[in-house]
Amino acid sequence: MIRLQSSLRRKKAVDCPVSRVICLALETSCDETAASVVAWESGKFHVLSSIISSQAQKHAVFGGVVPELASREHLPAMHPLCRTALEEAGLGLDDLDVVAATRGPGLAVALLMGHSFAKALAVAAGKPFLGVNHIEGHLLSPFLAAQAPSLSEVGEWLALVVSGGHTMILRATPSLACQRLATTRDDAAGEAFDKGAKILGLGYPGGPALEKAARGGDAKSVDFPRGMLHSPELDFSFSGLKTALKIYLSRHPSDPADARYRDICASYQQAILDPLVSKFRRAVRETGIRLLAVAGGVACNRALRAELEKMAQEEGATLLLAPPEYCTDNAAMIGAVASLRFSLGERSVLTEDIFPQYA
Amino acid sequence: MDLITSKNAEETRRIGAQFLARLRPGDIVALSGDLGAGKTHFVKGMADACGFAGEATSPTFTLLHEYAGSRSTLWHADLYRLDSPEDCLSTGIEEIWCGRDITVIEWPDRLGSLLPSDAWRVDITITGEHTRTISITPPLPKTTAL
Repeated sequence: MIRLQSSLRRKKAVDCPVSRVICLALETSCDETAASVVAWESGKFHVLSSIISSQAQKHAVFGGVVPELASREHLPAMHPLCRTALEEAGLGLDDLDVVAATRGPGLAVALLMGHSFAKALAVAAGKPFLGVNHIEGHLLSPFLAAQAPSLSEVGEWLALVVSGGHTMILRATPSLACQRLATTRDDAAGEAFDKGAKILGLGYPGGPALEKAARGGDAKSVDFPRGMLHSPELDFSFSGLKTALKIYLSRHPSDPADARYRDICASYQQAILDPLVSKFRRAVRETGIRLLAVAGGVACNRALRAELEKMAQEEGATLLLAPPEYCTDNAAMIGAVASLRFSLGERSVLTEDIFPQYA
Repeated sequence: MDLITSKNAEETRRIGAQFLARLRPGDIVALSGDLGAGKTHFVKGMADACGFAGEATSPTFTLLHEYAGSRSTLWHADLYRLDSPEDCLSTGIEEIWCGRDITVIEWPDRLGSLLPSDAWRVDITITGEHTRTISITPPLPKTTAL
């Protein structure tokens, strides 16, 4: 844990760039409630604490008693999570430079909780507030790794964001000027994993179970369709894949006891990975950008990580993979965006509203 | 009840667009069909007919999408991964179907008895590799008080 000198902690809101920022951030864009304290210093992020309500058992939230909160029960979770995030960081409200929350994209009722709470907390603490784009959070999450380069040392990078809700290729600069190069036309890659797992009888959600079931299987065994693989656009399409799996299984019934089951799982997984890796490679060649960053829940998939590493090596590119704990939705990545934007002199007005359709 | 045959995904999309023309502001559509039946394609057509320039995408994880078109606004809910009617309401769906926009709900069975009784029913059945049968049932006329 990085502790900052108290004399350096206090930063008044200024118009010129600052070199050190401490941010308390909330993330409530969909299912999860998360809080984090992030310090930004000369282009490097230091996560001082990061708590996600569904994994809060590890933390002493509510004085050691962790309530069983359902998904999207943000209201009762936010206050204890923020308090614990500050405690774990060893800081108080006075030490913060900015309070931040996800502004969008996401579910309106969920966004409204964290966004309103953070604004109120900012007013009560006399601190500035910043609303953050959730996708930019994913863009920065690879830079939360301890060994990641400083943002002050990098130029443009290409990001692949692959989760249950998003499948995108973006180009980004250290000042967060972002351009979306590709997105999915229908299902997200993570959804293709989870729905395929369901069809294969692995339950739902079953992305990690499918990855496990595919291990050691022959990925060339079944030729499942690769959506939009040869289209001139960089966009993705995964909805035809689950239909193809269903039809295949109706003609060739298989279950985990069957010798071919592992091959079917491996082939299905490969049909998701191929377009991801191939389109990302094409984006690298088309843009000439040689710094790559990958984030989102699907970035935890080991087969995908291995293929991306191979691709990066072949293209002479540097690959940054988000640490697994920052792949899925978390507040540390929101704090990263907020502290970076704060350092560039940005502030949100308190009349700012949520933006569920943020792109 | 209307029964329409679709030969492929593109045709399902056109049928969705034609269906939207039958709806009035505030209408709710319960859209059923197995995984891979083409529900998202049907909704893509509905969004086209609203004058939405983008692509409707699956809200399985994000739960609720808004397609603000030049003619009307369509809300696209997907309750697939939710397991109780109460969980469904936590998405804020009630607020939307009380308004004048059109709402289409995938996996409406998750709502149980909380699904509004005046919803249109659209059911897509897989009949072959590419072919589908789409059944469309308008809401029952409102019963008048005796």
